[in-house]
Amino acid sequence: MSENPNNAPPRQTVSREGPASGPHAGEAEAADGLPKRTDPRTFVVQALQVIPRSILPLVAVAFATRAESQFGLWIMLGIGGLILALSTVFTFLGWWRQTYRVGDSDIRLETGVLSRAARSVPYDRIQDVSLEQGFIPRLFGLTEVKFETGAGGSEEIRLAYLTSEEGARLRELVRELRDEAEGVPRGDASVAKKGEAAAAESEAPVLFSMGPRRLLTFGLFEFSLAFFAVLAGLAQQFDSLLPFDIWDVETWQEVVGTQGKQLSETSRFVQALTASSGVILLILIGFATGILRTFLRDWNFRLERNPKGFRRRRGMFTRTDVVMPVHRVQAVQIATGAVRHRFGWKSLKLVSLAQDSGDSSHVVAPFAKASELTPILKVAGFPLPPRGLQWHRTTAAYRVKSALFGMAGYLVLAAGVAAGAQFIDGGRFDWLWLIAMAIAAFSAFAAIRQLFLWRVERHALSPHHLYKRTGWFAPGYKIADRVKLQSVEISRGPLGRMFGYVTLNLGLAGGYFALPGIPRSEADALRNALLASMVEKDFSRLVK
Amino acid sequence: MDEHGEQPDVRGGLNPKLQGGDDQALQQGHPNHPKAMRVQALLMAFPALLGAIAAEYATPFWPFAILGPVALILAVLVIFLPHRRYAARGHALSDDRLRVVRGILFHSDTVVPFGRVQHIDVDRGPIERYYGLATLQLYTAGSHGDVVSLPGLAHEDALAMRETIRAHIKRESL
Repeated sequence: MSENPNNAPPRQTVSREGPASGPHAGEAEAADGLPKRTDPRTFVVQALQVIPRSILPLVAVAFATRAESQFGLWIMLGIGGLILALSTVFTFLGWWRQTYRVGDSDIRLETGVLSRAARSVPYDRIQDVSLEQGFIPRLFGLTEVKFETGAGGSEEIRLAYLTSEEGARLRELVRELRDEAEGVPRGDASVAKKGEAAAAESEAPVLFSMGPRRLLTFGLFEFSLAFFAVLAGLAQQFDSLLPFDIWDVETWQEVVGTQGKQLSETSRFVQALTASSGVILLILIGFATGILRTFLRDWNFRLERNPKGFRRRRGMFTRTDVVMPVHRVQAVQIATGAVRHRFGWKSLKLVSLAQDSGDSSHVVAPFAKASELTPILKVAGFPLPPRGLQWHRTTAAYRVKSALFGMAGYLVLAAGVAAGAQFIDGGRFDWLWLIAMAIAAFSAFAAIRQLFLWRVERHALSPHHLYKRTGWFAPGYKIADRVKLQSVEISRGPLGRMFGYVTLNLGLAGGYFALPGIPRSEADALRNALLASMVEKDFSRLVK
Repeated sequence: MDEHGEQPDVRGGLNPKLQGGDDQALQQGHPNHPKAMRVQALLMAFPALLGAIAAEYATPFWPFAILGPVALILAVLVIFLPHRRYAARGHALSDDRLRVVRGILFHSDTVVPFGRVQHIDVDRGPIERYYGLATLQLYTAGSHGDVVSLPGLAHEDALAMRETIRAHIKRESL
């Protein structure tokens, strides 16, 4: 946790801010080097966020106790009050005991009510600073500031919550300090850069943006039945509270049966109409979910070119603002979906040295035509594969092996499900047979898929990049910079030995890049070529 | 890439079986390494053996139904495998990269350029200390292969290799 390799001197010296800044003057402005708390309204925001989370357990308690006595309500209120009071106290203590300070060479965060933890991150390890505004914090004009290090995940500092201005100021400050720590010349150069940055702020060229129309189209392709998954999950969670067994086929037969009896008295036409309207409703809900989610996530999506790289802002209620410097882009990934590919829609994602949370975090163009991707790729320095590259396939033996094992895997699964259907309690789990048959059918598909993948999946080496083409229904590209790879490994398991292929694993900061199923001689040739590119530049020159 | 004349004095000599693939000549680790691996295997085998004996008494099968196969497998693991594994291992240090080859069933052949090394560890466990060995670990920023470890080096060789790599990094990052 303590990441302070250069044994920085103590932070008490407030030399940076000049002689005028006394201990109290610092509170008003930068206050660098002095421990500070986050915005006092943090406490209110966090308390507000706890309430919705504590409602669901309360409802469950109310349900569980409703039959016991009329005191159920009182018990619930008592427990609710207790939870609220406790969480309020802990939230307040947590806020009170959390301080951060922006020092000369690092940023430090001290947290903990009883056990204290102090974390220090040197500026030259901070890859970037991102701002995130959740819905409730946004109402208060607050923002969450995250300092991303290359380590990803746990080893980062997050400050929740600061005012938006303080967040923006901190971001600028940390960037400047980091550049100093990295040895970018100070003085007039930094002044010039400031002017440049200010100019860029006003007229940053927009590389890609999405308006409501585009979002609507995007949302249609994001068709999702997650809504029903959530319903099913809730039903499973609370099925003991429901008056009937929803996993029992007979329940549903009864429901359908009674309705069917009524319907058969009318006509077959009406019956068909009811069934089809049910399906249509399902489809409509699926589309509505997709559109809603897309609008919430990507509302007013803007990707701008700023002096260092990309700046992306998006989100309706939770608005995020992420800066991705070009020199930290390690690889790019162009992906699509089976259906949207037919309409020419693609997405572009960066693999960055600073990895933040979630899988769609470095998406720079979630839904775009190829012509819109080209300028972004040009800025990022990862051009599309030029004509006349030598493309190589995997060995046929690798595909045969994948087909055999993929098929066998699904067949074993199907057999397992079928055995389950056979042995568990007869008629109640009839639908398991259907699932078993579906899985068995899917195994054939898995085998055929490998045949087609053998035709379409290939890789090629250009003078500066390594290209990998993936996918059958939804073809995509993965492009890595030859210089920005970290290590090269040729690995071979027992199956590889049997079928005569190896896997080339490339060390990529913030992502994965592997070429499975290629012959050993080709792997050796690729490795030699890649290593020759890699040794040209030291890591310290890559990250600047 | 043929600079093994500059390398620190690595005991064990060249490994003739493992050449090819790259034009770097591979070198074997310290001869004590299989001994250390055997001791490690023995320590691992002990609890398994105890478990097998317990199972032998607890279950109603005929004598040695469990203990026999377990003891056989453990004997192979302890007696034969360390030398096989040692023979399958190799490393090569050239002036700008380290290559580490290992594994019988799951074979891997990794190359790390010094210019990609983030930091270097020289680790020594108690068994390694007894045999005068050390493990060199190179950390990179990659998600895959973020740590490349090279066990079975003589301690002074591991230190010398660390200094070589460190000097290279310092020279390059200036």
